[in-house]
Amino acid sequence: MTVTGNEDLDVAPVADVAIVGDLGKHRTLRSDVWRQFRRHKGAVLGLIILTIIVFACFIGPIIYGVDPKAIDVPNANQGASWNHPMGTDNLGRDVMARVLVGGRVSLSVGFAAMFVGLVVGTAVGTLAGFFRWLDGPLMRLTDLFLALPLLPLLLVVVIFFRDPLTERFGESLGIFMLVVLIIGLTSWMQTARVVRSDVLSIKEEEFVLAARSIGTKSRRIVLRHILPNVMSPVIVAASLGVAGAILTESALSFLGIGFPADFPTWGRLLFDGKDYLQINASRVVWPGVMLSLTMMSVNFIGDGLRDALDPKLRSKG
Amino acid sequence: MARFVIRRAFFAIPTLIAISLIIFLILDLAPGDPTGNLPLTIPAEIREQIRENLGVNDPLLVKWLKWNELMFVNEPLEALHDTTGICIGECDGTRARIISWSSRSPAMDIIYQRLPQTLWVIGLAFVFGTIIAIPIGIYSAYKQYSAFDNIGTIVTMIGYSVPTFFTGLLAIVIFSSKLGWFPSFYDSTHDVQFTSLSSIWIQIKQLIMPVTVLTLFNTAALSRFTRSSVLDNLNSDFVRTARSKGVGERRVVLVHVMRNSLIPVVTLITLSIPGIFGGAIITEQIFRVNGLGALLITAIGQGDVPMVQTLTFIFAVLIVVFNLVNDVLIGFLDPRIRYE
Repeated sequence: MTVTGNEDLDVAPVADVAIVGDLGKHRTLRSDVWRQFRRHKGAVLGLIILTIIVFACFIGPIIYGVDPKAIDVPNANQGASWNHPMGTDNLGRDVMARVLVGGRVSLSVGFAAMFVGLVVGTAVGTLAGFFRWLDGPLMRLTDLFLALPLLPLLLVVVIFFRDPLTERFGESLGIFMLVVLIIGLTSWMQTARVVRSDVLSIKEEEFVLAARSIGTKSRRIVLRHILPNVMSPVIVAASLGVAGAILTESALSFLGIGFPADFPTWGRLLFDGKDYLQINASRVVWPGVMLSLTMMSVNFIGDGLRDALDPKLRSKG
Repeated sequence: MARFVIRRAFFAIPTLIAISLIIFLILDLAPGDPTGNLPLTIPAEIREQIRENLGVNDPLLVKWLKWNELMFVNEPLEALHDTTGICIGECDGTRARIISWSSRSPAMDIIYQRLPQTLWVIGLAFVFGTIIAIPIGIYSAYKQYSAFDNIGTIVTMIGYSVPTFFTGLLAIVIFSSKLGWFPSFYDSTHDVQFTSLSSIWIQIKQLIMPVTVLTLFNTAALSRFTRSSVLDNLNSDFVRTARSKGVGERRVVLVHVMRNSLIPVVTLITLSIPGIFGGAIITEQIFRVNGLGALLITAIGQGDVPMVQTLTFIFAVLIVVFNLVNDVLIGFLDPRIRYE
C-alpha cells in the first residue's frame, strides 16, 4: 500500500509497532533484526571475536609466514618467545602456525558440515510438512536417526571407511569429505523437526491458499512462499549447527580418529599435545583456547539471533 | 496408563530391530578381517578355518539372525542365570554367546567388568550436575538481570561452550602436574573397601577431576535450560492469579512455577542420559578411565566387530528405553497429557 495524503489515518490501522516508534524512516525486517541483535552484548562480542578468528586463520598464516610443517629439532618443546609466540612442539614446529592453519580446517569443517545438515534438514522438514503422504515415512526416519547412538557409529564409519576414500580422493580431500558428510548427515534431525512444524502451520495461511488459487505449482509454492517464511528457525539452527559440527570434528580428532597427524585441526593438536602436557602445556592451551573462543562466540551469536528473530521479543523494542 | 506403556514398549521393538540392522549393515560393509591381527606365520588355510569358525563367511541375513538370537535370547538367559540362579536351557557354560574376536571371551562379560567404572564417573557427574543446576536455573530466572543472573549466564555459557576434553586437560595440567593434588588417571584396579577410610579417600581423590569436569558441563547445559523454562512461566497468567489470591512468593515459585517448568527439564534430563554414555567415550579417554567408552575405542581399533556391535547396540537400547521412560514420566507429571 502506498502512503499518500492523509498519513495518520493510513498508518494507524496497520498497527505496526515499528512504524509508530520511528515515523518517516523506512524499516525492513532485516534492519529490525539487526537492531535487536545489537542489543545482545554477548552476541555482538561473539560476532567480533568470530570475525577476528576467521581472519586470523584464513589470512593470518599468509602474513605470519612461518611454515607449519618446518621441522627444527634443536628448538623442540620451547616455551613462548619472539620467534615462536606460542612455543614449538616436539619436532620444533611452530605452534602458532599450526594453530592458525588448524583453525582453517576446523572452521571449514564446521561451516561445511552445518551446510550439509541444514540442506538435508530443511529438505526433509519441508517435504514432510508440505506433502501429507511423505510426513509419516520421513518423520519415522527422523525418529530412527535420533535413536541411533551417533558418536560410536561416527567412530566406526570414520575408521572403516577412511582408507577407501583417501585412496580415491587423496589424503586431505578424502578425509575432509568423509568428516563433513558424516557430521552433516547425522545432525539434520532437529532442523527437520522444527522446519516441519513451521511448514505445517504456514501452509494453512491465506497467502498459500491465494497462491494455489491462481494456479501456482507446488514446487513454486514451497520455494517462493513457504521457504522464506521458515528462514528464522533455520538461521538459528545454522548457528547451533556450526558449534555442534566444530565440536564433533574436534572430538573425533581428539580421539585420534579424525584427520591424520600432518593435517592439523584444533582437536588433533589437543590430541597430539596431551602426551607432552608435563613438558610444554602451551601446546594444549592455545588450540584449546581458540576452540573454546570459537564455540563461545558461535553460541552467543546463536543466542542473539534467536532473540532477534523472535517476533514476540522484537516488537517490544 | 499401563496399556499405554505396554503399547509404547511394543512400538519400540521395530525401532530396535531397524537399529540393529543398520549397525549390522555398517559393520558388514566395513572392510575388516578378524585374522588381520594374528601373527603372519599362520598359514592361509588355517586363517580360512578361523574365519569359518567365527562365521565370517555366512550370508549377511544368517549372520544377522544368529546375532539377534544370541543378543535377545541367549544373553538375557545367561544374565538371568548369573544374577538369580534361575536356569533355563544350558547353564553349564556351553550356551552359545557373543564372543569378542580379540579377547575370545563373551563380549557381555567384558562389558559387565567395565560397567562399574563408567557408572561411577558418569553417574556421580550426572547426579551432582542435576542437584546443582536446577536451583541455579530457578534463582537465575527469578532474579532476571540481577548480578547473580548476569554472572551466571556468562559462566554457564563458558561451561557450555568449552569442550570437556579441553577443561579435562587443563585440570590435569593445573591439579596433577603443577599442584600434584590428584592423580591424572583413574586406577580401575583399586578395589574400594567401604570399611577403610583411606581406601575410600583414594577412590574419591581419583574421581574428583573426571567427575568435576563432567559435572561442570552438565550443570551449565541444564541450568541454562532450567532458566529459560522458568522464565517462560514466570510471566504467565496462572502466576499472576496465584499472587493475586495471596499465595506466598516462595510457594508461587517453588510450587506453581516449578511444577510447570520442570516438565521440559525432566525431558532434557532423561533424554540426555544415553547421550552422556556416549560423551563418556571422551572423558574416559582424557582420564584413562577403563570403562565402556575406552572399551569401544579399543574394540574399534582392533576391528573387533562383535564387541563394537554389542556395545553400539547397548547404547541404542539405552536411547530407546529412556525415550520410553520419558514418555511415562511426563505422563505422570503433566496432567494435560492424556494417553488414549
